[in-house]
Amino acid sequence: MSDKVLRIGVVGEEDAILAFKAIGAVAIPAVTADEVAAALFKLNQDKVPVIFITEQAARVAPEALTRYETSPDVAVIPIPGIMGTDGYGEARVRENVIKAIGADILINQEKKEE
Amino acid sequence: MAILHVNPTRMELTQMKRRLVTARRGHKLLKDKRDELVRQFITLVRENLRLRKQVEGELGIALKDFALARAVMEPGALRQALLYPARQAAIKAGRRNILSVRVPEFTVDEGGLGEAQLPYGMAETSAQLDNAIATMAQALPNLIALAEKEKTATLLADEIQKTRRRVNALEYVMIPQFEETIRYITMKLEENERGALTRLMKVKEMIAQRAT
Repeated sequence: MSDKVLRIGVVGEEDAILAFKAIGAVAIPAVTADEVAAALFKLNQDKVPVIFITEQAARVAPEALTRYETSPDVAVIPIPGIMGTDGYGEARVRENVIKAIGADILINQEKKEE
Repeated sequence: MAILHVNPTRMELTQMKRRLVTARRGHKLLKDKRDELVRQFITLVRENLRLRKQVEGELGIALKDFALARAVMEPGALRQALLYPARQAAIKAGRRNILSVRVPEFTVDEGGLGEAQLPYGMAETSAQLDNAIATMAQALPNLIALAEKEKTATLLADEIQKTRRRVNALEYVMIPQFEETIRYITMKLEENERGALTRLMKVKEMIAQRAT
């Protein structure tokens, strides 16, 4: 692990990212698909390894997210916005499971937890 | 299964047999890799989902606190208070190797996260804002852990898909193709041999007839 200290990036609606700004993340407000793509590009250029994106912003720019999906250098992670979660992040986890295994095996786990 | 376009010669046969052995070995290795990747993926993705639910809960609380702070404070004053953060959310990034899949590894740099430091004075800000910042700071290590797990899961899922396609291509396309080609060449060679033998016998018969 390199000793280089890196920052955290946050992209999304201004209200939601303000909270992250308070803990010292690099926050870029973005609402439209173009703004989101530009913000992600800028953070990636600045070598920010972890970018949190609000679910609302992630929904408008799926192409921008796909672009960084296979790169091990940057992790773009959807997080809930001010309205709470709308299930986008969880749906992405399930998509991964279906892609890897062929069926959603996590349904059983939830039933067990309930 | 269609056979490959090859000349039915002994040399091609040897080469085909060699390729079949390699394909079988590759198939076995890739199958083992796929099984191990799936095993690791299942544990990882369960952890990922659990962590996601936890983080979503924590963030929900922090953002609600923030919404409260926004309600009691002027938007301008709030922005001003947070203009220069007192703490730096800093992380260190590394790499890990899971069955030759390079996955990221993040650790929170503790130096940036001491006890609750507030970037503003007490006079013009509300107590809700202090709470919100404290909750955010507490949620940060989990957020980073979630980022690491989720990215790893995505990369593993991608690799599993690729490996599965390779395994299937070997099992259902390449190996049957080689077997079929080997059978074709063997049969063709045997047929040639039989042809040559019959021809020789015929010639021998003709010579014998002419001699008498």
